Amino acid sequence: MSTQKLRKERIDRGIKVRSDGLYALMSLRELSYLTLPRFVLIAGMLSLPFLMPDMYWQRVISIVCIYAILALSFDFLAHYVGLVSLGGAFFIGTGGYVAGILNSYYGIPPVLTVPLAAIIGGAICTLMLLPCLPLKGVYFAIVTLMYPLFMARIIEAFDLFGGTDGLAGIDSFSSAFAEQYLVICTVLIFLFGLRRFVTTDMGLIFTAVMDNDQAVKASGINITKYKALAVFIASSAGCMAGACLTHIYMWSGISQFALDFSILPIAATVIGGAGTLAGPVLGCFILVPVSELLRDFGTLRIVFYASVLVGFILFRSDGIMVFMQRKYEQFERWTKI
Amino acid sequence: MEILVYGTINSVSLALMGLGFAMVYGISRVPNFAHGALYIICGFVTWTLFQIVGLSYFVAIILSLCVNGILGMSMYRFVLIRVRGMSISEIIASYAIGLVILEGLRFGGFRGMTYTLPVFMEGSLMIGGVPVDYHRVVMTIIGVALVAGLWVFTHYTRIGLALQGMAQDERAAMMLGIDSDFMAMVAMGFGAVLAGVAAILILPLGNIVVESGYHVLIMSIAVCIVGGLGSWMGAFFAAFIIGYAQILTVVYIGSHFQMVVAILAIILTLILKPSGLFGQQKELEERV
Repeated sequence: MSTQKLRKERIDRGIKVRSDGLYALMSLRELSYLTLPRFVLIAGMLSLPFLMPDMYWQRVISIVCIYAILALSFDFLAHYVGLVSLGGAFFIGTGGYVAGILNSYYGIPPVLTVPLAAIIGGAICTLMLLPCLPLKGVYFAIVTLMYPLFMARIIEAFDLFGGTDGLAGIDSFSSAFAEQYLVICTVLIFLFGLRRFVTTDMGLIFTAVMDNDQAVKASGINITKYKALAVFIASSAGCMAGACLTHIYMWSGISQFALDFSILPIAATVIGGAGTLAGPVLGCFILVPVSELLRDFGTLRIVFYASVLVGFILFRSDGIMVFMQRKYEQFERWTKI
Repeated sequence: MEILVYGTINSVSLALMGLGFAMVYGISRVPNFAHGALYIICGFVTWTLFQIVGLSYFVAIILSLCVNGILGMSMYRFVLIRVRGMSISEIIASYAIGLVILEGLRFGGFRGMTYTLPVFMEGSLMIGGVPVDYHRVVMTIIGVALVAGLWVFTHYTRIGLALQGMAQDERAAMMLGIDSDFMAMVAMGFGAVLAGVAAILILPLGNIVVESGYHVLIMSIAVCIVGGLGSWMGAFFAAFIIGYAQILTVVYIGSHFQMVVAILAIILTLILKPSGLFGQQKELEERV
């Protein structure tokens, strides 16, 4: 039996090469090649509230978007700054409680609490994480994993802010559409904003901090300042998501510090494609609805997404987004060796 | 006196929880976040073998420890070996495995108050005017004996020395003919068995509940971080510090704060001295 030796080679599509440079502006075809994926994403997300059949699935969209914001902040911190934070729940919980306190104690309407929670919550998270910023790798991951547990225990032990019952009776958004478009627009703004941001000079410094912090320090740049800034960006995104969550459920409580908010965004990031920023959003759109479908089976959904996570880490560690991007930009063919 | 006695008992049980974690991390540099899950699954396997299959208690314990060892080894062989060296993937993968086990058990119906293991010996004795039941005494003795035994094992047997060599310098150990992947697998198996031993010694004192898997994970991380990741003698001493601190807070402040102490210990240690009390890592590696 003779075996023919073949290998697969990947070559950039012509249109991809043509649209790389300034020449993309020359023809509509190249322009649409570039804008199509972005357009599909934006139009798809904006039309989602109309496509969903009932209230329940419209609520799911909001939840998906909240997870997507968290996943974005995780991806940004982990793959552009090099700080792997396992404490998404910390951001959500802080933002949720800040919004809840502002609303129920001071009567501030949701229009103001959401941005306020983003800023105040971001500041609180950054201040609390400030001493941990010099840590790297496993150590930072462990310490951020502990923060949400710590906050939950503190609230429980001191019986703060309603203790185990949480804060109830918080105002909801004025309408379902306002709620959905708020979260959808937030996801889009954060997605495209962060994509733009990581290519700026400051984004370059962040990437350099991730690659070799000693070298950055040696060039006279204060890396703690930049890390704190990155944490502030990521945590205010997370806090904003938390504030939206509080207003959607009209309640904020200890369960906002729960594990779900830490592990699901990470799973979404791994599945969608780490370091692509669009990938985590995509991952959330796959994972969260499936886990909603499994809600009847109780904890089975955690089993489900944890096993998906393990599978992807082992066999498809680059994620769906990278795969799709490759298909879109390159073609493959078999060649003889 | 009460504080002294119960502090010691609490410390030893913490040391038992943390020992497996410290051993795995010390040797293969894999933070095994499935530690709590291995602990709980050993309890449930023992319970199943003892109550449902009807084996004698001793046989059930031996069998479930074997099962745990195999589980740990296969976890390393089939999953963690592929992400070895990427510390974040290691954490996420092992944590996800732990979640699968714990939540799978919960889904499988293992919840509620009905799962208990029998104690080794009934009755109690007085130590300095404090009543202590025999089981806690046995637990303390076995715990201390286990630490001593591990020390002897790693210093005087061939496989123990190989494990120690790998912990010190993996590349040099490989040059001397130590199969590092095999050794890491063995270490993982040992870690799982230690988790199982801890489970069998500690679980008879209460009910087997899935939630305590997370609790055990946090406690073992606390012990290992305070003692210094990778140094299991450090972990043993740290267990005493945290153990007494916990009992003192329970006595003087309130039992709500027991967990706060542990988590606070982790955060403070990482902020102030990330290499822990007896850490062997260089400061520069973990801190900028």
